[in-house]
Amino acid sequence: MGKIVIDPVTRIEGHLKVEAVVEGGKVKEARSAGMLFRGLELIMRGRDPRDAQRIAQRVCGVCPTSHSIAAALNLDSAFGIADKIPDNGRILRNLILGAAHIADHILHFYHLVALDYVDVARVAKYEGNNTVLNSIKDFISRGELGPFVPRYEGDYRLPDDVNEQAVAHYVTAFEIRRKGQEMVAMFGGKMPHNMGIMPGGVTSTPTVDSMASFLWRLKELQEFVDNVYLPDVIAVAQVYSDYFEIGRGCGNLLAYGSYELDGKESDLTKRKRFFRPGTTSTSLKFGQFDPGQITEQVKHSWYADSISGKHPSQGDVVVDERKEGAYSWLKSPRYGKAVFEVGPLARIMVNYVGGNPAVKSLVDSTLARARLKPEHMFSVMGRNLARALETKLIADAMTDWVLQLKPGQPAYTSYKLPEESSGMGLVGAARGALGHWIEIKEGKIANYQVITPSTWNISPRDDKDQPGPMEQAITSTAIRDEANPFEIVRIVRAFDPCLACSVHLVNPKGHDLGRFRIC
Amino acid sequence: MTEKVPFLSLVRKRVERQVQDMDTKEYPAIWLQAAGCTGCSVSLLNVINPSIKNLLVDEVFPGSHINLRFHPTVMAGAGEPAIEVMIDTSREKKGGYILIVEGAIPTAKDGIYGVVGEKDGKPMTMQAWVETLARDALAVIALGSCAAFGGIPAAKPNPTECRPVSEILKAKGIKTPYVNIPGCAPHPDWFVGTVASILLTGLPKPEDLDEYRRPKAFYGQTIHENCQRRAYYDEHKFAKKFGDPGCNYELGCRGPITHADCPLRLWNGKVSWCVGCGATCIGCTEPDFFDITPLYEKTSQIALPEEA
Repeated sequence: MGKIVIDPVTRIEGHLKVEAVVEGGKVKEARSAGMLFRGLELIMRGRDPRDAQRIAQRVCGVCPTSHSIAAALNLDSAFGIADKIPDNGRILRNLILGAAHIADHILHFYHLVALDYVDVARVAKYEGNNTVLNSIKDFISRGELGPFVPRYEGDYRLPDDVNEQAVAHYVTAFEIRRKGQEMVAMFGGKMPHNMGIMPGGVTSTPTVDSMASFLWRLKELQEFVDNVYLPDVIAVAQVYSDYFEIGRGCGNLLAYGSYELDGKESDLTKRKRFFRPGTTSTSLKFGQFDPGQITEQVKHSWYADSISGKHPSQGDVVVDERKEGAYSWLKSPRYGKAVFEVGPLARIMVNYVGGNPAVKSLVDSTLARARLKPEHMFSVMGRNLARALETKLIADAMTDWVLQLKPGQPAYTSYKLPEESSGMGLVGAARGALGHWIEIKEGKIANYQVITPSTWNISPRDDKDQPGPMEQAITSTAIRDEANPFEIVRIVRAFDPCLACSVHLVNPKGHDLGRFRIC
Repeated sequence: MTEKVPFLSLVRKRVERQVQDMDTKEYPAIWLQAAGCTGCSVSLLNVINPSIKNLLVDEVFPGSHINLRFHPTVMAGAGEPAIEVMIDTSREKKGGYILIVEGAIPTAKDGIYGVVGEKDGKPMTMQAWVETLARDALAVIALGSCAAFGGIPAAKPNPTECRPVSEILKAKGIKTPYVNIPGCAPHPDWFVGTVASILLTGLPKPEDLDEYRRPKAFYGQTIHENCQRRAYYDEHKFAKKFGDPGCNYELGCRGPITHADCPLRLWNGKVSWCVGCGATCIGCTEPDFFDITPLYEKTSQIALPEEA
């Protein structure tokens, strides 16, 4: 029996450690743990509610835009203006989120995932005229190979031509994702951490020239998605087709919905959204989404059992660092007490079974071309493929949204700050279902709770000892070479973990961190 | 009269000779992520000229290459082999590598709030890494407001007792030169410009830095001095809500007390910046910017404009 410890897991956001116990060549048990917390929820308490708009975004520098949308929806609802956001504000928020979403997914595939499949070092053998590849060949010949070496060895299978093309696209993708961030900045001021999204709408007013400039950048992204990103994902998936059978996970999927198509409905669960909310599973049946079914459990987290099972709006954080059997800072969010995975796979499959025609036709045609079935989507490659498919769907939808903007018209509405109120903001972030909840008392933040997508996916065992989605995906996986556990890192990275987001914070009272066992 | 030689071929010959004569000087770099959000790294990816690809694989100046050996978000390796890269670099390249720190350093309870891997079988805190790696570095760059000043995790009540890199160095008597490049996130040009100046002209001289060890080249003036809405301020025309024309001072803008060249440099391919999109400056390059609150109220720390 061997134990594989990967710490740090790189090419993700944040500080993650993964442990796997291997018996008879297969993972018998897997555990994942976050290695940092900062306490943003605690820092927010007692502050002006509007400051949450800026602080919550700093939860994550990779996906700040999703947090800025969740915070704005949360504050809109707490301020009683969820149905009063001007159409320009609603659409600009969609465009800012969409641009960030596309950039984020391209970054994920090329810069976080690709080096598990693509062999940069083999470019040393390249004989051709591509200037990018020749510059990388020069780099390799100088002999200092960081940051591309060291790495796991022994399972780079792409044929030379596909491999070389993927390395060239790794470089192009840097430029394309940068342009996506420029689109965020056009209406949001800057990226990371846009300044434009606020409760009440967006601070910038669209103009004809900004719309035109945004559209042309969008077109370049669309072309890359259609002609490079999606084909590359499929090319890699074909060579590593065994990864359609690896990393199945818990089989339950949950999506909150995203991209507001209706500004007059204040209830987020009833509002018309481009991606609808819902649940599904390997049975491929659609289920309605009810936010009241969300709880956070803490049996295996370093928090007092007394707070376990609460809805996030009632969420609390009381640390119990000496608790037997606890091994993570993450709580375990559960839906109807069952384990659910969130993310692009969930979004795509919920909409696939939920009757979204654009999703249905794109998924069916892609699966038919690759000779795959819908159940193959519950896998490492399925998650990577779902991410690329939704990138295309968002990019294709955005052109119409730009044209719906009314140049020169306001995108922001004023409001009065409430003394007492509560709010909820739910959004389909790049990594999946993201929820913010706020409670306001005496005009200040009394409580602010965040449940991020990675808290769902990377969560530890729950009150019924059910492992979290990623732990389940790793368990039973056959490991070919324990010194080079490609299988584990490929499973982990397919979830696109974002750990800065996922760690709750301790109550200021009575904690003794010196006794914490960190993993 | 000399024989005419096409200009391009002259250039090419010169470049060929340079390549033959000159070995590339490698500048190893370790990028440590502490209590942060990876936003500083993402901001660096947005750099344009040079591009991030130029920085990673090309000679950033003829004859100089930054050899980014450890960066958790981009590096191929993971786990123990990745940790060994940091340790080996600090031993083999003693006094010759650049340490870049992103994020604040949690110090409560001996730093246990933030751990990166293990060394000699024990979990290594971020604090221990900074202490280990900074001592033998050529220079330390504290990138972003968290590393430079503590930033958001150090905002009140600073639950994890986060400290800036400078305080960690001071507490341990580490004399390695350091530069602060604050910003939430910092503009990529501020980082690349600082690294470029180290490569071209050596470590910054005292007169190149301000009282907070920020390069004056980027932080020498206030936002207010160069703001596109400055004329409104001078005429006392103030926006009452976002989207209005006018100076955003009464909406809480921190431009008058914030040092950075955003209004001139602009962000993300020069498409905009914070005030450019109609928002306020929240003072993200200044110490303690998240404790000058509420962010969206006029701050008493800025004197009212004098009557004209």
